[in-house]
Amino acid sequence: MKRSEAIAQILANLGESDLALFTTGMISREAFSAKDRDANFYMIGSMGLLAAMGLGIALNKPDRRVVVVEGDGSALMSLGTLPLIAHEAPSNFKHIILDNEAYESTGNQPSISQGRDLAGHAEASGYPVVDRAEDLDTFTNLFKQHYAASGPTCLVAKVGGHGSHSIPRIDLDPPDLKERFRAQC
Amino acid sequence: MIPAKDFWAALRAKDFHFFSGVPCSILTEALAAIPDEPDIQYVPAVREDLALGVASGGHFAGKRSGILIQNSGLGNIVNGLTSYNLMYEVPILMFITWRGFQGRDAPEHILMGDKMLDILKLIGVPHRILEDDNLETSLDEATEYMDREQRPFAIIVRKGAIG
Repeated sequence: MKRSEAIAQILANLGESDLALFTTGMISREAFSAKDRDANFYMIGSMGLLAAMGLGIALNKPDRRVVVVEGDGSALMSLGTLPLIAHEAPSNFKHIILDNEAYESTGNQPSISQGRDLAGHAEASGYPVVDRAEDLDTFTNLFKQHYAASGPTCLVAKVGGHGSHSIPRIDLDPPDLKERFRAQC
Repeated sequence: MIPAKDFWAALRAKDFHFFSGVPCSILTEALAAIPDEPDIQYVPAVREDLALGVASGGHFAGKRSGILIQNSGLGNIVNGLTSYNLMYEVPILMFITWRGFQGRDAPEHILMGDKMLDILKLIGVPHRILEDDNLETSLDEATEYMDREQRPFAIIVRKGAIG
């Protein structure tokens, strides 16, 4: 499956009040291009911090779904976040890792995720619900299951990248983006 | 020395209830008191930058939030501050200990102990050094600054400041 297809499915299956956070780089850009919404947060800088931010929101807003969409690069950068999330165990935390085995926005350099089992790391960390997806139908079905499940949940999907930089950058002013998203929290 | 109970009571009075951090021996008493403190939630992070991220999530959820870290961890949060908190304008109260104060400490703390205030100044984070008699005024200043500027504020904690 293409990463953009996975992102489109996530966005199509979100409820209006769900908070969705997208990691640094192409994932944020693709989500922004596909369907910008006030309850979307795009991490422009600070690769690796997104899931921790999502954890802080999820713990303080237990009645809201918090969907954190990150890549292999950002997940690998902060591997300690997974056991931290499992330790705090917010049931409303939905973790999606879209693994294209590359740092695409910096020139498609290979990451080290090929042959590494990021879902296994989530399992070993203590996430009660963990799944892997290789194709779009499986991903979509599992996303819906995770969406309804008591978490924290983690869904790791192998995706193909986009292969071009034609996707526009996010043109929102960061403080405006913060205020917009915070008003939805 | 500020009793740990008074420390948390002062924070509660300023509506701070959500914290994350990574331990430092200077914070032993403050951290040990948390389980007995009402309305103080603490997330034990595994790195200082993740503590910053978790506490920042608290801000998005509408809560005044803070971190408690050792100054060695200031090195781990510089990027979080420059390309997240300072860029998006996410105000977090940061208690940062001062290992290496006046060059008297274990060797791994000497350089950061010497440079930490310069680093904060360089990236644009104001600070107050905690004294026995300035906790409340420091918190007044911090919250006023954070509300006005929407930027983080640091309170520096020396050995023996909280007990």
